[in-house]
Amino acid sequence: MLKTLHQVLRTGIVTEPPPLPADELRVREALSERIRTVLGRALCIREVDAGSCNGCELEIHALGNPVYNVESLGIRFVASPRHADMLLVTGPVSRHMEVALRRTYDATPDPKLVVAVGDCGACGGIFGSGYASLGAVSNVIPVDVVVPGCPPSPTRILAGILAALSAATARP
Amino acid sequence: MSLTRWMPRAEITKAAAACTALTVEAADWRDLAQDIAAGGGRLLALWGTRRADAGDSLHAVAIVPSRALFVTLPLPAGVTHFAGIDDVFPAAGRMQRAIFDLTGLRATAADTRPWLRHAAWPADAFPLDAGSMPPPPEQPVDHYAFVRVEGDGVHEIPVGPVHAGIIEPGHFRFSVVGEKVLRLEERLGYVHKGIERRFTELPILEGHRLAARVSGDSGVAFSWAYCEALERMTGTRLPRRAAWLRALALELERVANHLGDLGALGNDAGFAFGLSQFMRLKERLLRATEQALGQRYLLDFVVPGGTRSDLSPAGATAIAQCIEQLAVEVPVLRGIYDEHTGLRDRFAEAGTVAPELAAWLGLVGPAGRASAQPLDLRLDAPVMPYPELGVHRCVCEKGDVLARVNLRFDELAESLRLIRQILRDLPVDEHAVAMAPPPAGASAVGLIEGWRGPVVVGLAAGPDGSIRRCHPQDPSWHNWPALEHAIIGNIVPDFPLINKSFNLSYSGHDL
Repeated sequence: MLKTLHQVLRTGIVTEPPPLPADELRVREALSERIRTVLGRALCIREVDAGSCNGCELEIHALGNPVYNVESLGIRFVASPRHADMLLVTGPVSRHMEVALRRTYDATPDPKLVVAVGDCGACGGIFGSGYASLGAVSNVIPVDVVVPGCPPSPTRILAGILAALSAATARP
Repeated sequence: MSLTRWMPRAEITKAAAACTALTVEAADWRDLAQDIAAGGGRLLALWGTRRADAGDSLHAVAIVPSRALFVTLPLPAGVTHFAGIDDVFPAAGRMQRAIFDLTGLRATAADTRPWLRHAAWPADAFPLDAGSMPPPPEQPVDHYAFVRVEGDGVHEIPVGPVHAGIIEPGHFRFSVVGEKVLRLEERLGYVHKGIERRFTELPILEGHRLAARVSGDSGVAFSWAYCEALERMTGTRLPRRAAWLRALALELERVANHLGDLGALGNDAGFAFGLSQFMRLKERLLRATEQALGQRYLLDFVVPGGTRSDLSPAGATAIAQCIEQLAVEVPVLRGIYDEHTGLRDRFAEAGTVAPELAAWLGLVGPAGRASAQPLDLRLDAPVMPYPELGVHRCVCEKGDVLARVNLRFDELAESLRLIRQILRDLPVDEHAVAMAPPPAGASAVGLIEGWRGPVVVGLAAGPDGSIRRCHPQDPSWHNWPALEHAIIGNIVPDFPLINKSFNLSYSGHDL
């Protein structure tokens, strides 16, 4: 226990602080403000792998590490679409995941924001469309924002989440 | 019968490093499999090829002591059956079902349920045979015949395909009494994207990009195995620096994944401290990797003929500093894991795969080595530069979650040592040479020990720089069936922990 506490103290806080003039940190500041404006509370995200190679999942995982620390911005990954404000979907959408993705979308309450992550979610990527792949996420469910990249960095994914929240205020 | 009787018929080819190519007839197929098994060998890959002009064939890659075997079984015209070998190598069962789903070549085996095909294409169409595929059937969801467990108080828990976390999709059907798991049956194939058919639409000099995305966490291993096969076909002599840089990338990939797994394993046992600490170190490593080699995850680093970029002195320094930090911090965290009674209580004797069972099931990679199965391609069928690097083999005996945790710590330390050695002794020559496409009809295999286990890519060239057939085999094919055994008798809440201790790929398996 002493060793653990010692390591905690020695590590300190590694979360990158907001008031620095780096692009990624401006995203952080803007993001927590948006979340409060649009939702007035935390943003709950349900991640759906609809056919990804798992590269995008690695970077989505990284959002929770102490450096990006999205929980400190009021972002939580939740276990059920019924608890989610936003779906973060990676692709390409395999035909075998089409029904599961549609059902997940149907189970998500408003504002039901959808961010498609990665080149494959954006356009099918290197897998394209074929007998087993439907390509872009937008071929299956409505998408608010796409975040290209293979895989996109955690900062780009954060920027995409922010863009979806900005779009949400513009919605009727 | 022993393996040696086959050798006079074999040809030592350039099919792969330390690899012997062997063509057998249908009558010998099972005999050879049995001799390989009796000689302590392992099946690493199994695939089928349909070809209207030159006949259909089956291919297997096996590892026997001190060499790899690349076996081809040509099928006579009109014959679409072959003898199943799932009673010799249990992991072959699902591979044979997948071969039928994709090619229409059917093994004589008891289990003829579809494996990779759900409802995306009709049962009488075969994606690796048909010129164009028919539209998917009307019924979007099929009904899979799970094995039912019956008796007083038995009930089923279906989980997935969408899981309660940031995880790939798959379905698990638990049959339980109270909290105790009587049986787990996996159903995979949800992220089947048609990768093997997609390969045939790409130029052979660009296929490495798709190979890297078979399983994104193993991008270096798959793209290297692909390039290894391609370079064998063309007889390309890789510059020494290129080979060393590839090994640097592969070990960085191993370290990154082991760091992530060690954190997640702590978290799944209720120790969030572990997740924070290891994810912090992993982020540190990814940033150093990007600074030195251009990407956080090196999906595009290995290219035919070498590597996409060279390592600058500044890049080498960035990696070296990160490695020294890891070499100091990881042992501190290991000490904390070792002394944490709560963690040990969850890790020890959970999800045990005893060495005898591991040998029978053909468990590979870190999960195999944690159950006393020593196979490591970096030592047993090495490509350059591994013979020069001198890898130390890591093995544990007990086969429980604790053994898989300890093995990751051991391998992580060994990879840090290798990276340090690579940075110190990196040869000074080119990082890449020009490549021309191989002649039509050439074929070869590439074998690389990825962080999850042996990665195999079988590649055959078509005319004009095209791909006739490419089959990537992820080590998860061997280990998914073992997970069904590891969970028996454990409690349901331990499943996430046991599953994470294997950390198998869905995408790499579902193709």
